Amino acid sequence: MSSCVKRFGRSCASLVSKRGLSTSCIQKDAAVVAENGVKSLNLYSAINQALHIALDTDPRAYVFGEDVGFGGVFRCTTGLADRFGRSRVFNTPLCEQGIVGFGIGLAAMGNRAIAEIQFADYIFPAFDQIVNEAAKFRYRSGNQFNCGGLTIRTPYGAVGHGGHYHSQSPEAFFCHVPGIKVVIPRSPKQAKGLLLSCIRDPNPIVFFEPKWLYRLAVEDVPEDDYMLPLSEAEVIRQGCDITLVGWGAQLSIMEQACLDAEKEGISCELIDLKTLIPWDKETVEASVKKTGRLLISHEAPVTGGFGAEISASIIERCFSRLEAPVARVCGLDTPFPLVFEPFYMPTKNKILDAIKSTVNY
Amino acid sequence: MALSRITSPFRSTNLLIPSILSSLRHRSISNDTTLTIETSIPFTAHNCDAPSRSVETTTSELMSFFRDMVLMRRMEIAADSLYKAKLIRGFCHLYDGQEAVAVGMEAAINSKDCVITAYRDHCTFLCRGGTLIEVFSELMGRKDGCSKGKGGSMHFYRKEGGFYGGHGIVGAQIPLGVGLAFGQKYSKDPNVTFSLYGDGAANQGQLFEALNIAALWDLPAILVCENNHYGMGTAEWRSAKSPAYYKRGDYAPGLKVDGMDVLAVKQACKFAKEHALKNGPLILEMDTYRYHGHSMSDPGSTYRTRDEISGVRQERDPIERVRKLVLAHDIATEKELKDIEKEARKEVDEAIAKAKESQMPDPSDLYTNVYVKGLGVEAFGPDRKEVKATLP
Ligand SMILES: Cc1ncc(C[n+]2csc(CCOP(=O)(O)OP(=O)(O)O)c2C)c(N)n1
Ligand SMILES: [Mg+2]
Repeated sequence: MSSCVKRFGRSCASLVSKRGLSTSCIQKDAAVVAENGVKSLNLYSAINQALHIALDTDPRAYVFGEDVGFGGVFRCTTGLADRFGRSRVFNTPLCEQGIVGFGIGLAAMGNRAIAEIQFADYIFPAFDQIVNEAAKFRYRSGNQFNCGGLTIRTPYGAVGHGGHYHSQSPEAFFCHVPGIKVVIPRSPKQAKGLLLSCIRDPNPIVFFEPKWLYRLAVEDVPEDDYMLPLSEAEVIRQGCDITLVGWGAQLSIMEQACLDAEKEGISCELIDLKTLIPWDKETVEASVKKTGRLLISHEAPVTGGFGAEISASIIERCFSRLEAPVARVCGLDTPFPLVFEPFYMPTKNKILDAIKSTVNY
Repeated sequence: MALSRITSPFRSTNLLIPSILSSLRHRSISNDTTLTIETSIPFTAHNCDAPSRSVETTTSELMSFFRDMVLMRRMEIAADSLYKAKLIRGFCHLYDGQEAVAVGMEAAINSKDCVITAYRDHCTFLCRGGTLIEVFSELMGRKDGCSKGKGGSMHFYRKEGGFYGGHGIVGAQIPLGVGLAFGQKYSKDPNVTFSLYGDGAANQGQLFEALNIAALWDLPAILVCENNHYGMGTAEWRSAKSPAYYKRGDYAPGLKVDGMDVLAVKQACKFAKEHALKNGPLILEMDTYRYHGHSMSDPGSTYRTRDEISGVRQERDPIERVRKLVLAHDIATEKELKDIEKEARKEVDEAIAKAKESQMPDPSDLYTNVYVKGLGVEAFGPDRKEVKATLP
């Protein structure tokens, strides 16, 4: 076990950018690794592996979307069409509403429909299908029909210079829709395990992939078929002064803020929410009951972001334990900017400032 | 109306060397003769009578076509280098190869007609009266850009020129164009709206919704499918059951046009404008080609052969077609045309130098234009107590 941890430690050291995912060091379930092969993979390769396994283990699984037959813009679907054939891995025309609607129908016939929306920014033409068709199919048919086999994969978030339509984080829109699940991984190993869980979960799921980490985040990933539980948050760093909650690419930024805060004597607990709906309130609640303070951070604009929901729920549950108002360090209430991206983003320093002002409240 | 050499807004910067400018002016104005030229191939019509293949033009118009397209080509190639030098960030889509569509369309319309397009918008913006400095400033995210540096490559706009921009979501601009056309019809303007979209976008449901609305209400809306045969890496036949985009309006008439022949484009757009004012919408399918990859991250050579690209360059290039016409009709010499190309290069370089001097927008501009000024909208900073500014 300790040697595994060391191995993870090494893979962390190889992380280059400020977006490198050092949180992946703190994997505690490394035991799986010892028996089976592991391979150092970046996030898109981990997704690719998960898709291979999903298609391999279920002959009724299909992958489709714009250009996925050629590997997709981010190479996540590379090799799938060659291996599983063009009738299971296929390009669709450019029509998001059609892609998702088709996926719902395919799933309703008992198949696993794995749809790719090229960028989360382009998911909105399909919004109606997701909100009104996918999410309510089971409920309104009294459980006669469902599209639980549907998983919509889509890359989200900033990349440094993506501008208005290649950077957005629209997760909160979907968190307002009972009937679907929203899942966001933080690292390659997480991505593989969570994606496999999503594909096999009997509910329709929107799976947002942090595109900044596709190449940047590298981690030892078990080669075998494994699943990570949905709706279970994970404490990825223990601390006692303040609880930080985030998901996806933002966790690596938060992790850096935690390290800086530590130098100033503040001990931060960091939680990866992983599943946004239905979310694991208990883990967050337990942590806030311990620390008495909560900070939430996400790239999406602060107003109406999922941070607001977490804040409200935790205030309900932990009101008398809170020693400071809940802090939110998020994107600003502006469209995602092109030239102003550094100002817009919830950066490490903004988080550090908020940690300090919350702790010193 | 053709872009005339003198009034064409490209020249408002007047970066041309005076001697060349005057020699061309001299030629084009004093000896401006009318010519009738056959289009490369006949138009193919759906549900309407095709316009004549004989296109009227003038020597000065041909020269301006040549110059405008050369300038655009140069501009796009320069944008490529600036992108590679990381001076342009964000996503950037180039129009080289497709110049004849923008230029021919502009020659058939006026600035009260509206144009709306997707993200491949640099050249359309120039046609609608934008300047090179605005182009390069916008590309580099500077204050002097046509969208104050806030839009970037995909979001060029020019209100005075009836250019409604630069849209990033594939297909989303088409219904907007129909709304513009309704506005024109309602106020009894003798004008039309051209909504441009790609062959990939042609598969979006919004196109069909928009077309139905336009036809139902007889709106002066012209839907222009710029068929460059690929939507990113997907060839048209892989994504469309019927790649005859001009016929896909069914009840709405359509015309297939050689989009590499600027005169054919002009003729078709003139025809379309007259038709739309009288009878409502029409689809123009422009058969064209993009030389560059889809965007800067696409080398453009994995899903098509190099032979295909060089074949189009050799046989159908829109600039070379005009060069041949100019030479054949003895309008200018080969050297004069070469000089124009040199000038274009210089004009582009000078515009880039000027654009580089333009300031980055002020950080406070991050908050402007989200809502109308003075509505008291608040932005929150990380410190929820102090940094809570009311947006300007
Ligand atoms: C709704 C939406 N889906 C996907 C994209 C990503 N995307 C941008 S351009 C493009 C291809 C469009 O091809 P086409 O309409 O033929 O235009 P062209 O690029 O050839 O000019 C795609 C898929 C997008 N911008 N918007
Ligand atoms: Mg195209």
